[in-house]
Amino acid sequence: MIFDPTCIACPNCDVLHKVAPAAVATRAKCAQCGYRLTSGRPEAIARVVGLALTSIILMGVVLFAPFLRLNAGPFGSAASVVDVVLGFATGIMVPLALSVLCFIIVLPVARAALLLYALSPIIAGVGNFPGAPAALRFAFSLKPWAMAEIFMVGVAVALVKLAGMARVEMGAAFWAFALFVLVNAFQDTFMCRNTLWTALSARRR
Amino acid sequence: MDRSVSSPSLTTARRAGLVACRSCGIVSPFGTRACLRCGSRLESRDEASLQRVWAWLLAGLIVYIPANTYPMLRTTQLFQTSESTIVGGVVELVHHHAYAIAAIVFIASVVIPVGKFLVIGYLAVLLRRPHGQDPHKLHTLHTAVEFIGRWSMIDVFVVAILTALVQFDVVASVKPGLAAACFALSVVFTMLSAQAFDPRLIWDRIKEESPR
Ligand SMILES: [Zn+2]
Ligand SMILES: [Zn+2]
Repeated sequence: MIFDPTCIACPNCDVLHKVAPAAVATRAKCAQCGYRLTSGRPEAIARVVGLALTSIILMGVVLFAPFLRLNAGPFGSAASVVDVVLGFATGIMVPLALSVLCFIIVLPVARAALLLYALSPIIAGVGNFPGAPAALRFAFSLKPWAMAEIFMVGVAVALVKLAGMARVEMGAAFWAFALFVLVNAFQDTFMCRNTLWTALSARRR
Repeated sequence: MDRSVSSPSLTTARRAGLVACRSCGIVSPFGTRACLRCGSRLESRDEASLQRVWAWLLAGLIVYIPANTYPMLRTTQLFQTSESTIVGGVVELVHHHAYAIAAIVFIASVVIPVGKFLVIGYLAVLLRRPHGQDPHKLHTLHTAVEFIGRWSMIDVFVVAILTALVQFDVVASVKPGLAAACFALSVVFTMLSAQAFDPRLIWDRIKEESPR
């Protein structure tokens, strides 16, 4: 089957656009609704691969280092990110604990891993891995469900709530997680559907 | 001038006898089941879209009620147990003069969810028939709801962190209440509701009314 990669439709309003293949370095918006059809950054693939790799390494630090330490007089408690999740894990709260685990760790890491799987062969100059299109499609659809940045705001709110009763120290995992959120935000500026899909399908043979 | 894009007549894929992929953007002949490039399921217009929007919205609305009436946090300090609901937690923060944080929690847990119910409901009612509204405005509303909706999750994460950190036996301990689970479900359901929405309906139904 053949398709024309220069003819794309806006996902929001269905208007057809012709995106010239020579103009990969030109950004383009939908003429009707203003949706960014292509970001015009051919370097996006390399950036996304590099940032996805970085975020997986950072998440490794997050998992095996203390996240927050609380000191209240003679009492002290330390919590890793995993502890934060397991705090919920009693009785009927177990499903909630598991979904929090997914939102803040599993899905963000899965997204980075899927992007790496789908796009790194393009950088390496080898053929696509089997199932690469499904991996890329999945990575895009995971976007709203990966909530690392929202968790970080939650941490800030919790710190203020605790400020009156105890002293809180940030551990290595806290800073790694903050970095993870920044890396992810930077990566999202390169997540252009048209650029990534064109690059992926150009190599499929 | 944007020269890389030329679409002088603004034809939709549907009118050109094509079906567009909402995942990767390319078009396939009408009737194609799966996208030729990325393999995602193709549908020129998601006819059941509004039904799924209503179903998820209703589910989200139903669990939002216990999310507000049941306690979110159960705090035990020196044998005294106190419970606080979502709104109660905000009031407590105001008493402690943490106005900025109170505002964040109030917006994330009350303003955004309620606004989301209203906006999705409004769009779903409006788009059953051709509408005379400015499609750009409706489009902005939908984009905003999809973008902001997930931020409601803040309060659930706050409860998780407090539960993990404040564990000093009888002196002070925090346990999550049933509302935390209900609220998380409500956020997930309304996110699914916003995602079920086919934004192409916004642009279709306006054209039916103004033949130009
Ligand atoms: Zn458009
Ligand atoms: Zn596709």
